[in-house]
Parts: sequence; structure tokens; C-alpha cells
Amino acid sequence: MKHLAEYRDADTAHRLAAEIRRIATRPWAIMEVCGGQTHSIIRNGVDQLLPPEVELIHGPGCPVCVTPLETIDRALAIAARPGVIFCSFGDMLRVPGSRDNLFAVKAAGADVRVVYSPLDAVKLAHAHPDREVVFLAIGFETTAPANALAVKLAQQQGLRNFSMLVSHVLVPPAIEAIMRSPGNRVNAFLAAGHVCSVMGTWQYPPLAERFGVPIVVTGFEPLDLLEGIRRTVVQLEQGRHEVENAYARVVSQRGNEAAQAVLGEVFAPVDRAWRGIGVIPASGWRLADAYRDFDAEIRFDVSGVTAAESPLCRSGEVLRGTLKPNQCPAFGTECTPRTPLGATMVSSEGACAAYYHFGRFAAPAAGAAAFPQDSPRP
Amino acid sequence: MIDITGFACPAPLRDYPHVVMGHGGGGALSRDLIEHVFLPAFSNPLLDGLGDSTVLDLAADLAGGGRLAISTDSYVVRPLFFPGGSIGDLAVNGTVNDLAMSGARPCALTAGFIVEEGFPLGELAEIARLMGRAAAAAGVRIVTGDTKVVERGHGDGVYINTAGLGIVPPGLGLGAEAIRGGDAVIASGTLGDHGMAIMSVREGLAFEAEIASDTAPLYGLVAAMLATCPAIRLLRDPTRGGVATSLNEIATLGGVGLEIEERAIPVRPAVAAACEILGLDPLQVANEGKLLAIVPAEAAAAVLAAMRAHVHGRDAVAIGRVVDRHPRMVVMRTAIGGTRVIPMPLGEQLPRIC
Amino acid sequence: MCLAVPGRVESIREEQGTRMGRVNFGGVVKDVCLAYLPDVAVGDYTIVHVGFAISKIDEASARATLQTFADLGLLEEGLAELREGEAAGEPAP
Repeated sequence: MKHLAEYRDADTAHRLAAEIRRIATRPWAIMEVCGGQTHSIIRNGVDQLLPPEVELIHGPGCPVCVTPLETIDRALAIAARPGVIFCSFGDMLRVPGSRDNLFAVKAAGADVRVVYSPLDAVKLAHAHPDREVVFLAIGFETTAPANALAVKLAQQQGLRNFSMLVSHVLVPPAIEAIMRSPGNRVNAFLAAGHVCSVMGTWQYPPLAERFGVPIVVTGFEPLDLLEGIRRTVVQLEQGRHEVENAYARVVSQRGNEAAQAVLGEVFAPVDRAWRGIGVIPASGWRLADAYRDFDAEIRFDVSGVTAAESPLCRSGEVLRGTLKPNQCPAFGTECTPRTPLGATMVSSEGACAAYYHFGRFAAPAAGAAAFPQDSPRP
Repeated sequence: MIDITGFACPAPLRDYPHVVMGHGGGGALSRDLIEHVFLPAFSNPLLDGLGDSTVLDLAADLAGGGRLAISTDSYVVRPLFFPGGSIGDLAVNGTVNDLAMSGARPCALTAGFIVEEGFPLGELAEIARLMGRAAAAAGVRIVTGDTKVVERGHGDGVYINTAGLGIVPPGLGLGAEAIRGGDAVIASGTLGDHGMAIMSVREGLAFEAEIASDTAPLYGLVAAMLATCPAIRLLRDPTRGGVATSLNEIATLGGVGLEIEERAIPVRPAVAAACEILGLDPLQVANEGKLLAIVPAEAAAAVLAAMRAHVHGRDAVAIGRVVDRHPRMVVMRTAIGGTRVIPMPLGEQLPRIC
Repeated sequence: MCLAVPGRVESIREEQGTRMGRVNFGGVVKDVCLAYLPDVAVGDYTIVHVGFAISKIDEASARATLQTFADLGLLEEGLAELREGEAAGEPAP
């Protein structure tokens, strides 16, 4: 595929890695805040090409992982209501709530459907005027424009049987929360390339300045990741802390202004609880007052649903980057993709799932098993 | 009150465009279905007798140490018709291929149908026709069958079960115990075609060059391979769960490690692109006309040549090797030189956005 | 949130007031909503996420990036030559 295959060239990957090796003289910790980047790094083995000085810390960039437990439980409660067609991206189906997940609720008879796009949910609402169609709208700023347009179209088309359960999260407040958290080791950030294609890069200079960290907007293919890391290491070695765009073919400083305009109209900022981390002020979006009619949380009155997290789960520490998945005592034993305790093990790009699936069992710290007792077998 | 369940109207088949409960009742309507839908499609001397069971004379085949192989599978695919094939093709080729993986030449198939009331007879006849055609292409006969009808809403149109009998020639020793470090892992062609053909219909993807299911009978290919190298260790057809599932099964059964080269894995560009869009891994996507073979290293070149000379093995390629490291684990060398484990897939792969 | 794939716009149409397009991803053609790229034209490459085009690919920028990678190789070779030259006692150019 054009604009994809060129960024997977092995020779160039090795040359970029060699260049990083050449310029890194001291230990640096770089965090990527994007689950898609985490997935690509582990899947392609990008971190294996880096010198020991450069450590990648996987941040809370997986919207599936950080969706609050209450939201999952509310989704399950709504999906179980008779007459509801509950639509969701595939990623969310296996995320554990306090007891069940959407897959299990579907098996028990609920009408749960995987959709590729929120517009598919709008089409379902038109096709089934006698049913309530609810869409689980999660994601970072990349996905928000799609969800915003879906609800805007629903309003324009006078749909009475369509609503969204919204749990959007934002990257800049997450970066701030990471930098403010005690024990933070992060020296620099790779900014999420597709989030920035929507929002631009203008939100990041104040963060780079306030916290003294380089922020390099980075893509997803192996060469994009290595180039983003290379530019970050260059800045770190030179003592600079600027915002740089290493994904310029897709990202501009202003971003997609048409999308930002619709986002401003459809969503309003809200304090959001991040599963495993806690409440980060103004870190989420809810439906704006003009669109409250389409808010599933109001329409279905599920505010009373409360949640109970597994006491063994340490997703939060993994999401903050203070614990590597294979350092968690439950990793590979009580907690596996088949029996996940938390979202980081369920989501395809949760750090725990990535480590499990791609075989990162040997932990650097003493005490962790070299291989899990429940290794992937039929 | 008159109970009309089980009532079988004596009017001829052509008056009913759709399947009705009576077609499964065993009476005149059932007979009609057999005579007008199934016999025209499957006709052969063994079936045409229409006995309750069919007697096979396999003495000649089993003389001299030949053994009987038996396999069964049920087919519930949605949609029933897709680019490259139909449920009928899968029902024949799937069971023929299960037999072929034991090195068995297929000699007889059964066909059981569970049809939903209201299913269009024209479609049932077309499925039967395609099955008959697939059986002829595979060199196997459908020798006995059954039809049941379930009430509307209790089925998915039609489900098919086929069981197959095959003959394993004497002296063949396929089995995981034979696998050795250094053996080559060979794939017979491009991966992910069938699953993505199905997914494309479901997800409304159109293709410039159409992605079609690869459903095909593989005994001919297997025979050619075994003629070249009787010491092939193991054969596997990567259907549901894809190559990732089969490789993990092989590694576990053989107690060996496998190393696969990402760059060697053959995937059609359109299939790769469709997987990119939906966030799917081609290694986990179903195939219906491909096989994996574990072959002694010194015979790999000759086996590949024999495969490429056969219509169902044109794109055969070595994708990796058996190693003595990391037993029971399948490891991939990524395109950029990293390594990662190919895990056993959990269950149904779902399209993702992240 | 990040799975977005590049594709080429093949045709554009209006559907109930919304701009839609047929986009070709390496041989796979899918319907994509183009509402957020009002200036995109047939032949342009876009990044598509969950059925929406969110950014146009800047071809010149893409070429520049690939050139940087190519130059990296030349740079490496140049440095290697330099090191060999120094080791052999030749003066630096």
C-alpha cells in the first residue's frame, strides 16, 4: 500500500537504529501516549532495535484501557435492556466490567453489534425505528470527530431512537497528569500522530515549556516511530525541549479545523476518571447541552450503576508507566487475555496484552517468572 | 381442532418456491426434494439406489495395508454465497481436505442438510448443484444423505454436515512425533483469502481485483507432495483461526519451537489492505484451500517444486523452520528484524479501531 | 484510536447533504465520509479512521521524509569513509 509500505523498510530501520545508538550517550525514558503506537512498537519489535540507553515507557494511550469501569458497567446495563441495539467498536467487546463484558451479555441474548464506523449505528437507527440504538462512543481526539458527526447527523435527520454513551478522553491533560505524578521518570513524549492530525500541534508548546520535555509528533509505522525517537534523543542530548513534527505528511500545526469546529459544537469538556489512574480534570468530553437529548446516560438513567475493580489489578501503575506488565505478580497467572483482570490485558494495544501476546515474559526485576504458568496453548 | 403439523401436501415440488416443514417429513414431499434437488446434483450409482444406508466395497483399497480415514464437519457459514464459492463448496472441500491431511484419498461423502422453513428452493438447488460440481472436481461421490426442516427462525437458511471416508495408502507415517529440529515449514499459497472474502461481504468492502475464497480440494496436491517425499512429517489445513492456530497446534503437538519469517509469509495485496483497514491479522484469518506442511529440510526444495507444478500449490513457499529453542512456542522474525511470539488466537477476531 | 489507513480518493458525491467518497486502499475500495476535508479532490491521498477521512497526505512532505531516510544512509557511509580515512592517517577534507 502506498504511503505505508515505504515506512517498513528493514534496511532503513537498521540505519535509523544505528543513528540512535550513535547519538545516545545517557539513559533516557521516552513515553508514547498512544495505544496504536504501543501496539506497533511491540508487534514490529521496534524497541528491540534501540540501544539500552533509550527506554520506551508505554503511557495511558489506549482509550479502551482507560474507559472508566462505571462506563463499562453502564454500557452492559443498557445493552441488556430489551429493545436496545447496542453498537460498539470491536475493541470494547471483551473489556471486563465489574462482572461481565459485552461479549457475555450478547451471548445471554442482548443485541450487541460490532460496527466499523459510528455512521453504521446511525443507519441501524433508521432501519429499526421501533428499537433504541445506542452507540458506545469511546476514543481519543482521533475518533471524536466521527462520533460528533454521527450525533450531529442524527439530530439533523430528526432521529428519536439514537443515543450515544460518551467516554472521550484527551491527550494533553494526560501528559500533564503524568508529569505531575510522583515518581514520574518520563524525560520526553512521542505525541500521537493521528490525534494531532485532528487537533494540530498547537496544544503542546505550553506543555513542553512548563515541564521541560521534548514532544515529538510521531507516526505509527516502524520508520516513523524510529524517526520520532531519533529526533527526541537528539533534543534530549542537546538539552532542548521543543515541539517537533516528525509526521508532517499527515499533521499540520493547526490540524483539521473543520473537525475542531464540529468538536467544539458537539462536545463540552468534563472531568474524567481514567480507569486505573483516577480523575484528571478537564480530561474528557461529554455531549454538549444542545445534544443532551442524545446522551444515553440520561436517556437510560444508569447513573446509579456503581463499579468494583479487582483488587489484584495494577493496570493503573502500568498505564502510568511505573510498572512493566511482566513485573505484575498477576501477569500470566491470574491475569491472561482469556481471564483478564483489567483493561490493559484485554485491549489489543493495552500494554499487558501486548507483552503477553508478543511474548515479553522475562522481567528485568528478580522475582517475576521467566514464563507464565498459563502460556499460550490450545 | 385440526392439527395440521406434519401435514404433507401431495402437490408437486414445482408448486412450492420455498421449503416447507413437509419437505423434512419423510413422505412424498421429501421424496420430491431428493428427486428434484439432490439427485440431479449428486447422482451416482451408489446414491441412486436410495437405500436407508449405502454399502461400500473397499476390500481392494484396503488390501495390502491401506487404512480407512474418517472425518466429519458441519458448515454454518454466513453468507451462503460469497466470491469464489458457497457453503456447498466448503461442505465438500472442507471434509475432503481434513481427510487429505492424513494423506487419505477421499472415496465417499455423506451430506446432511438442516434447512429452515421458508428457504428458497432455487437457492437450495443451486447449493446442491455446486456441491455436486465440487465433489466431481474432488474425485469423490456423495453416497448417502439426509434432510431435515426446522421452523422458521430456528436456523440460518441452511446448515450442512458432511462426513467423509478416505483411504490412507500403506506405509504412510504422518504424525507430529516425526517432526525434527531443522524441518522446513511450508505454506501452499497465499493466506487469508477465504476469511477476507467473507468479511468483505459482511463489511461492504469492494475490491478492484476481487478477493475470492480459496476453497479447493487438496488431495491432488497432497498426493503430488507425498510422491516426491513420502517422509513428510505432518500436514495441516489452517481453516478457522488461521495459520496462527495451526502453527501453535503443530508446535504443541510436536513439543517443538517454530520460527517464522514475516517477510516470507505470502498475502495478496488486497487481502493485506483489507486486513489493515479492519485491524485484523492475516495470520488469524481462515483459509479453505491451503495447507501447511512440515518437511525434512533436505527435501524442501523438491517438495516446493512439486507443489508449484500443481494448480493448488502455485504460490507455495517456505515460511519458516522447526527449531529446538523455545519449545511449544511460535516466534516470528519481524520484517525489521525484531522478534515476537505468534500467540494462539483466543477466539473470533474482531475488527478494531485502535 | 490510532488505526488510520492511507487511501486514494477515487470519486466524490453528496449524500443527503454529506460529502462522501469512494476511497481505494491498495486495491480495496470503501465508502468514506469526506465531510472533514472540504477541499479534498479525486486523486488525493487521505488518512481514514473509522470511515472518516481526517487528513490529506502531503505528498511533498512524504517525499521529503523518505529523502531524509535515504540521506541518512549516505550520511552513514560518509561518516564511515571519514573514520577509515582518519584511521589511515589521511587529512580530513
